[in-house]
Amino acid sequence: MADRIPAVEACGVCKWFSHRQWTGRGFRRETVAAVVDVNLRVEAGQIYGLLGLNGSGKSTLIRMMTTLLLPDRGQIWIFAKDVVRDRATVRRWLGRVSAEAGFFKKLTARENLAYAAGLYGLPRERVWRDAQSLLKRWDMRPSQLEVPMEELSRGQQQKVAIARALTLASRVLFLDEPTTGLDPRARREVQETIRAANEEWGLTIFLSTHDLAEARRLCHRVAVLHQGRLVAEGPPAELLAGGEDPDSAFHRLIAELR
Amino acid sequence: MAQLGREWQGAWAVARRNWDLVRRYLGWEVAFLLYNAISAVTIALIGETAPAAQRAQEVMYLTLGALVWNFLSIIFQEVASAVTWERWEGTIEVSFMAPLRRASYLLGTAGYAVGYGLVRTVAVLGAIRLFLPLHLPHPDWAGAVLVLVASVLPFVGMGLLGAVLPILSTERGTQATQVIQGVILLVSGVYYPVTVLPGWVRWLSALSPATYTLSLSRAAVLQGVPLAELWRPCLALAASGLMLVPLGLWVFHRGEHWAMRRGTLKRSG
Repeated sequence: MADRIPAVEACGVCKWFSHRQWTGRGFRRETVAAVVDVNLRVEAGQIYGLLGLNGSGKSTLIRMMTTLLLPDRGQIWIFAKDVVRDRATVRRWLGRVSAEAGFFKKLTARENLAYAAGLYGLPRERVWRDAQSLLKRWDMRPSQLEVPMEELSRGQQQKVAIARALTLASRVLFLDEPTTGLDPRARREVQETIRAANEEWGLTIFLSTHDLAEARRLCHRVAVLHQGRLVAEGPPAELLAGGEDPDSAFHRLIAELR
Repeated sequence: MAQLGREWQGAWAVARRNWDLVRRYLGWEVAFLLYNAISAVTIALIGETAPAAQRAQEVMYLTLGALVWNFLSIIFQEVASAVTWERWEGTIEVSFMAPLRRASYLLGTAGYAVGYGLVRTVAVLGAIRLFLPLHLPHPDWAGAVLVLVASVLPFVGMGLLGAVLPILSTERGTQATQVIQGVILLVSGVYYPVTVLPGWVRWLSALSPATYTLSLSRAAVLQGVPLAELWRPCLALAASGLMLVPLGLWVFHRGEHWAMRRGTLKRSG
């Protein structure tokens, strides 16, 4: 029965942002809908892809799912725990990696990992050992973990970020465009890392991307977010025509929705 | 009990991270320390221009003001800049998504600030001693230490109140904390008695904990007022901290909630 609890569930989630705009005669408050009535369900153990163009609301949705932003309407549950009410419990289960790796750049990977272990109340040595063994498998030399993060390439920083998230997150990993800005080789390495995290660690992975090929390669299910609305959802093979160039397919999908 | 242990570990991790950053930005630390030390020496040297009979006392008055202000302003600034610093490094979402209570996070920041403030203040004192002989006829060191200990909490509380400003306004919050620090410097009698202030700002002196810290530490170090006479006002100072710290935590919590609603936690400019 416990297996049937979804890893992530969103029901009627909405988010609006408002800001004051100077009109020349006074301020006017403008409201923009970032996420509109999103309903989705991610089963435990899946890699779930969220596709969308820039500004479609992917990061906003992920921020709400990872307790960094409050929904204006609707609810989100992680393994049946409400992300607002049960924030403290939910935070123990989550890891998040975004396009910007989020490190103290002057500190080494070891120091950043030690800091993160402290924040999560985990044994520093265990986190270090686990992260080190992962990074070794991903072709990072031990000496690279002892230099300031700013001296590592972006691909290497992303690997450390994923290793950090894997060693801290016990149940769900949120990846917000983790391969953006990486060269093809680094992108492929990070993608293989994501697959390994899912297959070997059994983590549920929620991956946002605007790279359709990436979604097709990695995800069990994908959803398309367009102007804040979830407009399509299903297995990648159903949504994307076989043999079609990924970029063309994505633009076709969006055009159909318009 | 396990939860308490995790919170303590988290607070320690924050303090440790800040020390690690100090080591990595050592060049900047040395530059700032030199600037602080030179400012303090410059201010203390003004005392040398006083008539001979009052010179020693004037030097000590200014030196004490410079040292106490150095210590208190570091506590305020480090606590108030916690959010700004995380934003600048791009780590705020990593730190604030962790399952650590915000109070523990801020406790780690405050603990580091006190330790860091002490180290810097001792270094500044060393620099002043290179330039000036310090005459202390009958200081009450126990009283002076008590005053400083009692002053830590109110300044941590004020720092917490200041820390919410960068959350509320990414653009102007940090500037606002600088303005608050400047106002405290102006009205607290750091380098002159508050009686010289015009009447329309003097009421602010009564609100600033630094006013009491400075007058009590001068009473202990310059006039040798014994501990027996100092403990009551020190208790009042500490009590103000016991009110300001929970108030600061509450305000910070409300500010963070507001930022999570508005989506301003991450924005960097």
